[in-house]
Amino acid sequence: MSQAELTAAHTAASFNEDSGAHSGLTPEEKRQSKRNLRRRKLIATAFVIPLIVFVLIAFIAPIGTMLYRSVYHPTVAQLIPETLQALQSWDESGDSIPDTATLNVFAKELHYLAQERRSGKLAEEINRGLPGSSSTIKSSARKLKKLDEATLISEGGEHLLAAKKQWQDVRIWRTMKSSGEVFTDSFYLTATDLTRNEQGEIVARDTNIYIKLFAKSLKIALLITFLTAAIGFPLAYYLATAPAKVANTLMVFVLLPFWTSLLVRTTAWIAILQTNGVINDFLITLHIISEPIEMLYTQFSTVIAMTHILLPFMILPLYSVMKGIDPSYFRAALSLGAKPLSAFCRIYFPMTLPGLSAGALLVFIISIGYYITPALVGGTDGQMISNIIAFHMQSSNNWELAAALGSILLILITLLYWIYDRLVGVSNIKLG
Amino acid sequence: MQFPKYFNFWHKLGMHSLRLTAWAVLAFLMLPILVIIPLSFNVEPYFSFTEGMLAFDPDAYSLKWYAEIINDDKWILAIKNSFLIGAAATVIATVLGTLAAIGLSRADMPMQRMIMAILLSPMIVPLIITAAGMYFFYTQLGLAGSYLGVIIAHAALGTPFVIITVNAALSGFDYSLVRASLGMGASPSYTFFKVIMPLIRPGVISGSLFAFITSFDEVVVILFLAGPEQRTIPRQMFSGLREQINPTILAVAVLLVVVSALLLLTIEYLRARGERIRTGQIS
Repeated sequence: MSQAELTAAHTAASFNEDSGAHSGLTPEEKRQSKRNLRRRKLIATAFVIPLIVFVLIAFIAPIGTMLYRSVYHPTVAQLIPETLQALQSWDESGDSIPDTATLNVFAKELHYLAQERRSGKLAEEINRGLPGSSSTIKSSARKLKKLDEATLISEGGEHLLAAKKQWQDVRIWRTMKSSGEVFTDSFYLTATDLTRNEQGEIVARDTNIYIKLFAKSLKIALLITFLTAAIGFPLAYYLATAPAKVANTLMVFVLLPFWTSLLVRTTAWIAILQTNGVINDFLITLHIISEPIEMLYTQFSTVIAMTHILLPFMILPLYSVMKGIDPSYFRAALSLGAKPLSAFCRIYFPMTLPGLSAGALLVFIISIGYYITPALVGGTDGQMISNIIAFHMQSSNNWELAAALGSILLILITLLYWIYDRLVGVSNIKLG
Repeated sequence: MQFPKYFNFWHKLGMHSLRLTAWAVLAFLMLPILVIIPLSFNVEPYFSFTEGMLAFDPDAYSLKWYAEIINDDKWILAIKNSFLIGAAATVIATVLGTLAAIGLSRADMPMQRMIMAILLSPMIVPLIITAAGMYFFYTQLGLAGSYLGVIIAHAALGTPFVIITVNAALSGFDYSLVRASLGMGASPSYTFFKVIMPLIRPGVISGSLFAFITSFDEVVVILFLAGPEQRTIPRQMFSGLREQINPTILAVAVLLVVVSALLLLTIEYLRARGERIRTGQIS
């Protein structure tokens, strides 16, 4: 029984004592007892409040900001606010482009953007919705930059249409209007390989990047979970059944890697797997191979390094469950004539399931969001969803897409965490 | 190995292959860590064994990569930062986490399970998500690229470990001791330091060590949140592994293995002690 359950049972018992004497209590005494209970609740809460406030500010608020970022995209709205306001009255479902007044407003705003060297940002944003429009906006911006304000206000639209014929195309105006929306689902659509067509319907994209990447991450995480279970199980069993002295000594070999820095272990795998690394040298010396095998910077190296890193997370819960299994059940089954294999499958294995499921869920949850090891040893083939999130944060600067991908991953993890809490109880996580 | 009498040949073969498998897995766990130790003494700037090393030629070994750590300002700054940030984050995580664990262990605590799940979530949410969110939020607060920002972030990541270990130390804690102390006229703070603390101290210390190692080993949040001033050991290793691979990293790695071995011994000692306190085998 867990600590929480024990204390819960304890209060329930004392509560029943109270209610047993209920009939004998005066209303004043009842009030008193209620006040006492409330006071105890308050004291308990007072201990937790500082951490709750801290975690809310330091951790929950950032996660909330990320969720918000995935739907909030004010960039275009900040670049061309007046144009977007003018576009409000334009009917985007028709075949005609916006009226001259709107075009004049846009020409003026584009002129200012060009002067402030921010037209490239607008071009980049619109290009995401309508590929090819980047050059239209950039070259028009260059031409409008030279004109003076008075001309732009009266005949900016004409100059705009003259600058590029693409402005006659109703699609670029539709894209501008939709990119101008401050709250958008477009990053979630991109993150799930969907897009809106010209009629505003949600359709599949031609390219299938992110779904594939999610599927690959799930596949790698499953494979790692399976491998850790397959090699962790015999070791945990051996440790659990070995004499206490042997088991305690050998446990150090499990705990030392567990405690060793992630980067140290990743460094070690680089030394082992690289072209002139330990394994290749060894195999060449033994004349098993003549040319070094390319192992580093592949999916293989991601899987093997992560299996090594996460193996203790499987062994520790398995070991602690196996430790609690009475060996006489197994012996009883054997002495009653069961074959060892069937005794193992039908008696022992089912009893290890709590530890196995706890370990498997933990390993799966941790591996699905892994970043560092795939980034260092995975190459292009061994990248996981976290790596593409980091790419969009750091290199392509598409923060909203990174946030949308992150939110989808977060939903997945939350679901798994919830299952873990149901099955194992989060407060029962064992450390060391 | 001793086998029961009713074991036949196949049973014994099964047990032997089990033992063999177990040892192979132990080797898989340990060898990668052991392999970097000799490599860190390599006189050549490579990550692989030279012929001289395999022949145990003393000239093939050197301490120069260790010397390089000491002579490199970047590594010195990284080492200082790692300890400074780790220590500050540990203090925050330990104080807040211990108090919260005590509150959560009381049956009177409302919404216990949900609060626990929320407080432990920094441990479960992938670091890349935490880091991205912190980057967005801390930038708005002006905390990105500052020591304070990194310390707060690391403290948040460390608190779950303190909660878990203190919670474990509190399992079986007899609250009638608190009632007795209060009933005999001790103040709540006196009761806290003289009755509760001594009994849960092993849990608090091992929780704080977990919080420290979490910060000491963390690199994803650092990548997003820290400026060049807050460069830590893992951050320095990460860029070293990405840019130019240099055996200095192996020397640092070996030193880190030594640090983790020391921490492991401390934690195991504390755990054994905590166990004795709980089962009442301590005088």
